Amino acid sequence: MPINYYILLSVALFCIGIVGVLTRRNAIIIFMCIELMLNAVNLLLVAFSKMHHLKAAATNAAATAGSDGQLFVFFIMVVAAAEVSVGLAIIVMMYRNIHSVDINFLNRLKH
Amino acid sequence: MGMTEILFGFLTVLAIFSSLMMVTSKNPVYSVLWLIVTFFAVSGHYILLNAQFLAIVNIIVYAGAIMVLFLFVIMLMNLNKETEPQKNRWIKMAGAVAGGCLMLVLVAALKDAGGKDDQAQVVAGDIGLIKNLGKELFTTYVVPFEISSILFLSAMVGAVVIGKKE
Repeated sequence: MPINYYILLSVALFCIGIVGVLTRRNAIIIFMCIELMLNAVNLLLVAFSKMHHLKAAATNAAATAGSDGQLFVFFIMVVAAAEVSVGLAIIVMMYRNIHSVDINFLNRLKH
Repeated sequence: MGMTEILFGFLTVLAIFSSLMMVTSKNPVYSVLWLIVTFFAVSGHYILLNAQFLAIVNIIVYAGAIMVLFLFVIMLMNLNKETEPQKNRWIKMAGAVAGGCLMLVLVAALKDAGGKDDQAQVVAGDIGLIKNLGKELFTTYVVPFEISSILFLSAMVGAVVIGKKE
């Protein structure tokens, strides 16, 4: 499968995530769009690792080149899980204080 | 056109359609459900690339744990279509145009990035299997793996400290 297809798919998913962040006002939806962007990057990393592996396997059949990319994706997932737990705690705290998840009410630094 | 191309096309269309539905649906619960569909489509892409470990981890961690947490928080706050905050129509349009411009620039910059011989290996190749990844994880990457446990501990403490009532 040409690597271009994967690049275009990831760019499309990433830009849909950015449009979501820019157009929605619900803090939880914005958070979900960030997860979507992380997933687009993960998909591209896996595709590149498989491309790298195919090139390395042409000269050495037992090569394990490219597994670093997949482990990087694994660590991104670890960080995303930690981020979600803290982020949702912050959103819950914000909801308890202002009884809304509308990010336009979060403008206290302006005044 | 072989089976692989058909599967790739189907999963791509599914991922893009469901992510668009996620961004555009008014009800937050529907957004979460569409995002789960997107994650399953991405997991299908991982399986097509023979990265089976990541496909399973993606389903367990993202579609399983994280999305259930999102759904739980949304239902805890009782968010629905009526309480959904609405943005100004012009701001929405400006956001869509800005994202579209970014996509235009990225596609224009990257459309010739891969040459004819830059192929991603599909279906074949065994670096994505759990045996090889595990060997690599517990030899070369054992220190980052242990540090990530500290990260999880601090995230847990942070979530409890932020979440508890004063």
